[in-house]
Amino acid sequence: MATPNVEFAKEMAEAGCEGARLCFQCGTCTASCPSGRFTSYRIRKIVRQTQLGLKEEILTSNDLWDCTTCYSCEERCPREVPIVDIIISLRNMAVAEGHMFDNHKATAKNLHELGHTVSFNDKVKAQREALGLPGVPPTVLRNPKAMEDLRKILDATAFDKITE
Amino acid sequence: MAKYVFFLGCIAPLRYPGIEKSTKVVCEKLGIELVDFEDASCCPAPGVIRAFSKKSWLAAAARNLALAEKMGLDIITICNGCYGSLFDAAHELNNDEAKRAEVNKILAEIGLEYKGTINVFHFADVLFREVGIDKIKAAVTNPLDYKVGTFYGCHFLKPSKYKSIDNPEDPRMLDDLVEATGATSVPRAKKMMCCGAGGGVRSGQGELALKHTRENLENMSAAGTEYIVDVCPFCHLQFDSSQGELGFNIPVLHLSQLFGIAMGMDAKELGLGAHKVPVKL
Repeated sequence: MATPNVEFAKEMAEAGCEGARLCFQCGTCTASCPSGRFTSYRIRKIVRQTQLGLKEEILTSNDLWDCTTCYSCEERCPREVPIVDIIISLRNMAVAEGHMFDNHKATAKNLHELGHTVSFNDKVKAQREALGLPGVPPTVLRNPKAMEDLRKILDATAFDKITE
Repeated sequence: MAKYVFFLGCIAPLRYPGIEKSTKVVCEKLGIELVDFEDASCCPAPGVIRAFSKKSWLAAAARNLALAEKMGLDIITICNGCYGSLFDAAHELNNDEAKRAEVNKILAEIGLEYKGTINVFHFADVLFREVGIDKIKAAVTNPLDYKVGTFYGCHFLKPSKYKSIDNPEDPRMLDDLVEATGATSVPRAKKMMCCGAGGGVRSGQGELALKHTRENLENMSAAGTEYIVDVCPFCHLQFDSSQGELGFNIPVLHLSQLFGIAMGMDAKELGLGAHKVPVKL
């Protein structure tokens, strides 16, 4: 049986999970969750674990990454628990502890290197030109100074540590 | 004439440029002026980048908002993800001076400041609310008889406590928009179910994303859907790229492309060559 961890529960509350306190475990969230129908992911359980500060159980479990952030749970929650915000905050804590899928690391790297989450290539450039659009879209892709600016603020918030 | 700065995002300009093109053509026909959003980056993505670092997400979103503010224009997006991120970031920053001060310390490093004056709108919302069904009907030169499965996605209407666009459980506005072209919106089971791609599930756990997509496609297929019409290039990508392996063949159009067809756009301009599921007009 897991032991409640009051200190970590407080740490999680400060990191954006404070709303979990409102939950009275009715289970409307789990009943509304599409991912939960396909997997062992139980959002009610994660909210309960958050109340109890069960750090290892939450942060090391892949379940945390089953949420598509569809908001079905949050829309129907009778206690108005900001469930998606809680998931996002817990994921931030998991990532800070080094729990991250390789593909997610690649997405983060794309943002850091290209300013976009997907790559740009000659095929897309040709498709764009054929439509009469500028081959390179007028985003950071076209302006190295803008890309450098983006990277600066990402680094100022320690995003580079995530992509390492 | 309504005027917005056009936020492109990632998937539309870099995977389905026909969506970008159609949006430009359709907006021009409907009297909405779009200005290029120079130097913008990824929004950044609400369920994946924000899941890695809320701080980095907010700072990068604030940079985009600050660039729009310098131009003095509200933002229009064609993607639920971009809408989710930029709307949420604007909501947080426009209403919280302390949070704005915090993010401005970071923006100061690149000589920017965000004062909290920008509003963020979704293309479909602008068309429904600002242009209106009657004006859209009047612009249709090529009435359509498609049976359409509308796909709202998630971040367009939700969280509904901040976005009061339509009822998130049983909305109607996208169906009305689609039917303005002459097409019929066909009802189906579990219409508001997620496509499965969001929250980093497509990139992190593709198999799980596909289970969502398959169920949606089964319900669309059972309802006799001839075209899927979405308002999000990421849902669009998920439906278009997965049907081969899932054994379906329902063409996928972004709302801007559907309007483009109905308003007489040249088929070549719609960028349908980038689609994996062939679209026959």
